[in-house]
Amino acid sequence: MNLPAGGHSSTFSQISHAATASFSEYLSRSAPDLLPGVRGSATGVSSNAEHLAPHATTIVAMTYAGGVIMAGDRRATMGNMIASRHIEKVFPADNYSVLGIAGTAGIALDVTRLFQVELEHYEKIEGTLLSLEGKANRLGAMIRGNLPMAMQGLAVIPLFAGFDTDRHLGRLFSYDVTGGRYEELEHHSVGSGSVFARGALKKLWKPNMDEDRAVSVAVESLYDAADDDSATGGPDVVRQLWPVVYAVNSAGAKRIPERVLAAAAEAVIASRAVAGREA
Amino acid sequence: MTQQFYVSPEQLMKDRADFARKGIARGRSVVVLSCSEGIALVAENPSPSLHKIGEIYDRIAFAAVGKYNEFESLRQAGVRYADVRGYSYDREDVTARGLASVYAQSLGAVFTADSKPFEVELAVAEVGLRQAEDHLYRLTFDGSIADEPDYVVMGGEIDAVNETLRSNWDAGQDFAGVIRAAAGALEGHLPDNGGASGQRRLGPEMLEVAVLDRDPMSSRGNRRAFRRLSNAEVTDILGD
Repeated sequence: MNLPAGGHSSTFSQISHAATASFSEYLSRSAPDLLPGVRGSATGVSSNAEHLAPHATTIVAMTYAGGVIMAGDRRATMGNMIASRHIEKVFPADNYSVLGIAGTAGIALDVTRLFQVELEHYEKIEGTLLSLEGKANRLGAMIRGNLPMAMQGLAVIPLFAGFDTDRHLGRLFSYDVTGGRYEELEHHSVGSGSVFARGALKKLWKPNMDEDRAVSVAVESLYDAADDDSATGGPDVVRQLWPVVYAVNSAGAKRIPERVLAAAAEAVIASRAVAGREA
Repeated sequence: MTQQFYVSPEQLMKDRADFARKGIARGRSVVVLSCSEGIALVAENPSPSLHKIGEIYDRIAFAAVGKYNEFESLRQAGVRYADVRGYSYDREDVTARGLASVYAQSLGAVFTADSKPFEVELAVAEVGLRQAEDHLYRLTFDGSIADEPDYVVMGGEIDAVNETLRSNWDAGQDFAGVIRAAAGALEGHLPDNGGASGQRRLGPEMLEVAVLDRDPMSSRGNRRAFRRLSNAEVTDILGD
């Protein structure tokens, strides 16, 4: 890794290297083999690649009074097997945004890591935070970069949520495999269990909920997703595993502590047990 | 055909060094100090947006004096080096030592090969979990590198600022203490200080101050130790 100074071409190389504040753009010029999806050759991947690599599944996100909340279950599957019970699918992207991933876990984790460095890199080079729209667009470009892999069955579908510090509200963005970016209102869900989570969200979500209520709505909608989708893991009381939940508001992104999630999950389980209904 | 005059390598290097030294000596000074709470970086800088102090990585910061465009390009190159290294290996594998040696190579290459040496002096600081683990590297225009204990002074009036700090700095001080000591040392030795009219006060708007917190994970829930202090915070510390 050379710094862009020194030698006879230094003026030229300095200007060309300094032209971007984007880490991924710099990487694609200086070390393209480190980019997710480009690593190794994708030519040998068969069309049923979902049996070759673990998949992460359901993510739910919703707005509440003053911010957004995002939650993900803990299961990764490989075909019909459970590959992991501990996987985390929701990550802080920077101080004011979070990212949830569904799809091929390995590539999604790489995209997440690249996206986190991308935002931090911009902040350090430019001395200012990227706007929320700017962050959402950068993520779209990264997903578009993975399109060749997605065509072979290794798709990554993120859900992006953040606090817009200019407009002072929480916003949600969903994506398709081509990197198309869609702003969502109120709530959204991605992954194989998302149809069931979406149904739950439609009934449970109310405008201007407080944070505690939003956490329990997120947990309950994941519970419904796990109930009907085999690739989504429910609350695991034996191993004491609860969903990963992040809340973002004007104070920044914070992870909801385990004890709050344990209480929310146990309340959902208790109310379902008391009702004694089949579905 | 014009005649090429012979210049001995010794003379050439000496001329370049003199040129670079003159450029640096015109600049206002920057001080980087290790203390009990972490590392404080204090610069005299009237501009609120053109920084002399910057974040490089989780526990690493950068400070410079000299020509802005030259050290800014080095700062950005350092951020790129650190981000690529941290992304391709692990965040732990980015160290001030590695960064400083890459800077030394670049500065050395420019000094010997380019038509003009860089008129800059840099400090690379890495905060450790204990004060004994703090690293302060000082790099000069010709690529020489020094590992300094305690504190680094760069810029115009090194000797005079060093003199004052030697009596005012103490390893057990907190951020407020060393920032006050640094501001005092910079104040007493401004290049345009006539001496007869006494010291000129350096207000918060004339100072750029940042710190590297020793344990940012537990104090702020963030692995990034770098924090720029606002004018209000600096005013509080200086107690005007």
